[in-house]
Amino acid sequence: MSVFTIEAGLAVLGLFLLLLEAFKPEISRQTLGLTAIAGTVLALVLFIFVSHDTASQPGFIQPWHQLDSLAIFYKGFALVITILVLWLTLQCAPYLTRFTVDGKLAEMFSLPLIVCAGMMWMASARDLVTVFVALELVTVSFYVLVAFARKSSFSLEAGVKYLILGALSTGVLVYGIAWIYGATGTMSFDGIAKALANPATSKTTALFGAAVLLCGLGFKVAAAPFHMWVPDVYQGAPTPVTAFLSVGSKAAGFVVLTRALDAFLVEGSIIGSEIQALLLVVGSLTVLLGSLPAMFQTSVKRLLAYSSISHAGYLLLALACRESARFDLSSGGVVAFYLATYLPMTVLGFLGLGLMRANGLGEDIKDFTGLAKRNPLLALLMTVSFASLAGLPLTAGFLGKLFVFLGLADHGYWGALSCAIVAAAAGFYYYFKTILAMYTTEGTDVPALSFSVAAKSVAGALALAILILGVYPKPLQGVLTSDRAAAVVAK
Amino acid sequence: MSVLELIIALPLLAVLAIWLGAPARAASLGATFINLALVLYTAVQYAGKTGLAFTYSRPILENPSLSFAVGADGISIILALLTALVMLAAIWQIEDRPPIFYIASLLIGGGALGAFLTTDVFFIYAFHELALIPTFLMIALHGRAEPAQRKAVAWKATIYLGAGSLVLLAGLAWLVLEFSGGSKLTFDLEALRSQAKLTPLPDAKQAQIFFVLLLGFGSLVSLFPFHSWAAPAYATAPTPVAMLHSGVLKKFGLYGLIRIALPLLPQGVHVEWVQNALLLMLLGNILVMGLVTIHASRLDDTLANSSVMHMGYIFLGIAAGTDIALKGAVILMFAHGISIALLFGLCGRMRNQLGTLEYNKLGGLASHAPAFTVLFAFGAFASIGLPGLTNFAGEVMIFLGNFTDFKAGGLSNLQWTVILALWGVVMSAVYMLRAYRSIFHGSPTTGLFMIDPAFSQRVPFILLAATLLITGCCPWLLLNLMKSAL
Repeated sequence: MSVFTIEAGLAVLGLFLLLLEAFKPEISRQTLGLTAIAGTVLALVLFIFVSHDTASQPGFIQPWHQLDSLAIFYKGFALVITILVLWLTLQCAPYLTRFTVDGKLAEMFSLPLIVCAGMMWMASARDLVTVFVALELVTVSFYVLVAFARKSSFSLEAGVKYLILGALSTGVLVYGIAWIYGATGTMSFDGIAKALANPATSKTTALFGAAVLLCGLGFKVAAAPFHMWVPDVYQGAPTPVTAFLSVGSKAAGFVVLTRALDAFLVEGSIIGSEIQALLLVVGSLTVLLGSLPAMFQTSVKRLLAYSSISHAGYLLLALACRESARFDLSSGGVVAFYLATYLPMTVLGFLGLGLMRANGLGEDIKDFTGLAKRNPLLALLMTVSFASLAGLPLTAGFLGKLFVFLGLADHGYWGALSCAIVAAAAGFYYYFKTILAMYTTEGTDVPALSFSVAAKSVAGALALAILILGVYPKPLQGVLTSDRAAAVVAK
Repeated sequence: MSVLELIIALPLLAVLAIWLGAPARAASLGATFINLALVLYTAVQYAGKTGLAFTYSRPILENPSLSFAVGADGISIILALLTALVMLAAIWQIEDRPPIFYIASLLIGGGALGAFLTTDVFFIYAFHELALIPTFLMIALHGRAEPAQRKAVAWKATIYLGAGSLVLLAGLAWLVLEFSGGSKLTFDLEALRSQAKLTPLPDAKQAQIFFVLLLGFGSLVSLFPFHSWAAPAYATAPTPVAMLHSGVLKKFGLYGLIRIALPLLPQGVHVEWVQNALLLMLLGNILVMGLVTIHASRLDDTLANSSVMHMGYIFLGIAAGTDIALKGAVILMFAHGISIALLFGLCGRMRNQLGTLEYNKLGGLASHAPAFTVLFAFGAFASIGLPGLTNFAGEVMIFLGNFTDFKAGGLSNLQWTVILALWGVVMSAVYMLRAYRSIFHGSPTTGLFMIDPAFSQRVPFILLAATLLITGCCPWLLLNLMKSAL
């Protein structure tokens, strides 16, 4: 049993469920959903056992599939988020089926498995072709998922927007890959790094290729100025899919970015300083263009969409801070750490939204009014999630931001640091606006809300994870200071 | 396990218990009682000693090196004592309020205790932030004004404090980056201090970092001109929140300056441009805010503005930087915390009973409420700086501490500032005595009167007044905790 087998198995399970639903329509969605969840959980358990056993990997995949600590982290990440999204879909099912054509949800349970397999492959990619294939596997599945609630015009609109912009960005990405290939004569990250460290390589060609490639990836991770699709798509997509996009798709984008930048910014790279400057500018723009418009949103889902843009900005800034001369923190490590803390808080936020929607409530801030009275537990859990998203100390969200700030200050990127601080301050404003609404009691005479025990316990577990990681981040230490950075330089 | 961890954990555990359904008043009073006892125990144990005591450290991250480290020296213990006293009084005086009042008080107090008793910069900062959230929510949700107005007041305070905190975070990050020895970032205050002793920074750089920290910590303490959030926030905040924030939490900024900024950047405050800027700002606190306070026409406005004004004296102690002035500053922090909490507590009761705090509508309350009047007098006179009450000891030490290097023939900027600042004491006397006279003496112009609270409701105020008297007559009780030079 190897990691690769698990990934392939997930894809096969996805296809199997797809066919099962087509030929045996009488199978209930509960069965399908639970099968998908059980399959993913099994995959996660198996993964934990075999992840460190690199020797069992089949030989034929070695040239394009690696299993370093970064890959292992993102694979685990993909499995966890997939399980949560499948479960959330099952929770939201009664509400979602009202918007599907045949009142069924089959693809909602099978496609995430295929997305998961794609993300896991992406984490291991050694060359740009693998990245491209895996990325398309993910993106094409998302085209379907985003537009899944077809009777809702919002979902349809989101689907079309995502399709058009996604296709465009794919085109840009391929174009960039072609230029990189032209400049360096190779598709593999190691080869690109070697070629870029060689002064004989054509700088203009390589720089153009790298910039275009980053534009393509910028679309995927919602970096400014390619972030315009995010609010509409996030708002229109079914809530579980939004959570998946916001966490899974973003993490997948960032693992590719980490790998690509490790190559582009390798020691002695001819395009190093330009790419770094580009990252700083794009990162600063992204935090600001994510945070400042978020202050004026009235819909919590749109607010979370803008906040997700601004989080992408912090991650880009973290990527811009390469290994410091003074301190032993790898930028890929900080990104992974940030994403690990980002997972529970974002999923919890969307979980709360989904639960409220399932109870017939809207997604506007005003719908949150008096939530503390209607369901104190949900209000408390949402408070934890929003406080962490805002980056309040003692929650997981603070540490990630702190490391980004420290990195920026250590390298002396004062301009980017001020942008990040302004964005963080704006973040405090819009999250606390929402929290305040939850605890406002005047003029609310509304019935209590109740949720299933399963919903409560999953949400509680996520909130607990946020708080525990906020005061005891040691479990993530391994992620933060991986030896990977040293390994890349050594090559 | 250290006793300090228990002190920090108790309020948070009480919050958890209340949330799970325990009776709010009993749980919070119980927790604060035990806490006061524990803090008194640590104070008795520590008296006469020097250095950090009760230390314990639990690493939570190896690289960068972060740990939940507790430890206390004299300043921490004095401020923890202040917190425990004010917390008990603030919680005790709550009557007929929903559990959220108890929860908020416990969180504010618990956050302050955490900030004062931990020795890792990360947690010092984090605990303070933890205490700001309930402050904001309580002003916005239960403040004493129309919903739109109280929300505006809460936002204003939060924007100032939030922006101040971010500037502070930048300053602290700068310190951590400068003073982390080796290849690991460390947030441990002791490690940073020893590194700062080993390789001090050039004066010019010290001045820059100190100034950033001064702006960050200063806006948390309502340093002029970053003060305009404070007066409306205190006037609007529910009574326990006003007591805890103005009495305790605001001291965090001063504590940070004395505990973090001065030891790591010993020359920072003495560099001329920093010192002059600080002196100008603190004179703004004392003189400008003094005049503003004189013009207040309501008791809550007077108290809120006076609280901003009195911060100027503590900054004066920090600006002097001499041992005696710094000790005076710590004593004044304690004294101001107790006296302003006492006054805000009494002010809250008056507002509940009378419905107004306008001077021209009140008068002659003393005839029906003698005990109440005496308690108020304690707070008011302490606030003026009457000898025999703690504030006097602190102020005198600060004033004298500025003259330790006095040379005949020329006064330094510091000494001129003291001379100007002394006029603030006169202003304090003017507005406090006027408040006292127009509320408690004379004739009741509108027929409003109030009676003394029942004895059980007097206890929290008696506790605070007695503290003022005891530490005022015997300031060595506090000085004994600060044997080492600061």
